[in-house]
Amino acid sequence: MDNITEIRFAGSGGQGLILVGIILAEAAAIYENKNAVQTQNYGPEARGGSSKSEVVISNEPIAYPKATSLDYMVALTQESFSKYACDLKDTGTIITDKELVTDFSAAKGKLYVIDMVKSAREELGKLLGLNVIALGALVEISGVVSKDSIEKALMKRVPKGFEDYNKKALEIGFRLGNEAKKN
Amino acid sequence: MSENIKLMQGNEAIAEGAMIAGCDFFAGYPITPSSEVSEILAARLTKKGHIVIQMEDEIAALGAVLGAALGGAKALTATSGPGMSLKSEHIGYASMCEIPCVIVNVMRGGPSTGNPTLPSQADIMQAKWGTHGDHAIIAITPSSVNESFYETIRALNLAVKYRTPVLILTDEIIGHMREKVIIPEKDTLEIIDVKLPDVPPSEYKPYNYKSGKVTPLAPMGEGYRYHVTGLSHGETGFPSAKMEVIQDAQNWLIDKIYNNIKDIEKYEETMTEDADILIVAYGSVSRSAKAALSMARAAGIKAGLFRPITIWPFPEERIKELSKKIKKILVPEMNMGQIILEVQRAACNNIVKGLNIVSGEPITPDKIYLKIKEMM
Repeated sequence: MDNITEIRFAGSGGQGLILVGIILAEAAAIYENKNAVQTQNYGPEARGGSSKSEVVISNEPIAYPKATSLDYMVALTQESFSKYACDLKDTGTIITDKELVTDFSAAKGKLYVIDMVKSAREELGKLLGLNVIALGALVEISGVVSKDSIEKALMKRVPKGFEDYNKKALEIGFRLGNEAKKN
Repeated sequence: MSENIKLMQGNEAIAEGAMIAGCDFFAGYPITPSSEVSEILAARLTKKGHIVIQMEDEIAALGAVLGAALGGAKALTATSGPGMSLKSEHIGYASMCEIPCVIVNVMRGGPSTGNPTLPSQADIMQAKWGTHGDHAIIAITPSSVNESFYETIRALNLAVKYRTPVLILTDEIIGHMREKVIIPEKDTLEIIDVKLPDVPPSEYKPYNYKSGKVTPLAPMGEGYRYHVTGLSHGETGFPSAKMEVIQDAQNWLIDKIYNNIKDIEKYEETMTEDADILIVAYGSVSRSAKAALSMARAAGIKAGLFRPITIWPFPEERIKELSKKIKKILVPEMNMGQIILEVQRAACNNIVKGLNIVSGEPITPDKIYLKIKEMM
């Protein structure tokens, strides 16, 4: 079971977490020829409410499609951080944002608190793309797929005219992830 | 990297499978968690010049599908529990009039409106008995996105071959999860097309209860004239109250499926040869069962898995056979105990226990593993 990697993106509806889960699964399944399953949970609302997107990646066929003990979690709300941190393996890693989460009492495993919202505001001019920054940070920190694969998968999903914007967001994520690893 | 490798949802795989199998008509009424099937077919089938209609409700949607099928279309509709209840009336009509069609039910929690975004397997018995009157039904329970693709093709084939409604029962997990599918070339697949009768229109009889062979359904508009009614009918399709006609027709509706069970049934066995305990599981729960099987084997428990892919007709002969040497059977289901009744009937001398979770959370592998340990 050791070659299974379980990842969860958790936050609120509308943050684009289901989409980045799909992009990560596509990077693994299509560009790296691994097995990947992406599942999601969300309420009936179109915006708000809690939302989670899970990706299981393995070289072997994947039986149970949902994540049960997480290797990585990206949490973009306080609620999701506090609620789901307990699903992390002892050796797992949480990536979260300095402004969105302030109470770390539920923390477990390795914790990276990084400036994703601040960077989005300062470098992109808006919060649109926060999900892609988080995806970049996750890929940099976890190495679960290559940077090349995630960029290809992202570009295939991005609407025309928004390629540069998203590439920039991804690179911000890579950089933040890299800085976090060094600290 | 091939262009044919795609990461897609189960619902998308059903739409892809339908298209490659030659589905050329879809009518539906949107309902979570099945709506992606109609969304995708609406976008894609219409581009090929085929017809997709959003009807005023689920009954009308199946009505449109049956009309299209009588016109020679390979027609499909998709829905979930509440829509399935409404479609039941027309499923009986399709059985009685022997009209081929495929009905997808992406199961969600019930009864009534239930839990639209949560998975369930509680419509298994409804699939068999939902419409009134004696009839046989074919129902298929895929357990992966890839299987949703291939089983949709098989469902459309079986519908044409046996002139019967065929149900595809997935659930919210399979319908919404994304997994890899390698789309094959069309010419590598077995696809059964609607064919014209091999007799001239003047000699064509749409129904035959005695020959043991399924008469092709002549598409209306091709010169073949016949009557279609939900009343008991004879070989021309006109109503008949003759007792022998009624009896023959009823026998035929059952026999055409059950006499061909070897062609229709499909199942997968994992490590059943030396098993001391058998898990019988289908759909998304069978994936948890497979993971639990690995846990049990690692702990030295000889567990095996029997996974029906065709759930109706139920593969009772094989269960009966397996039950001669495996004395304990566990049937985990996301319902309060439905297919377990069939397993108990087939394996009547065995200890058959259920694991029934209906909270909307999937049944996890460790819950199945714990139950296996408890039974050993």
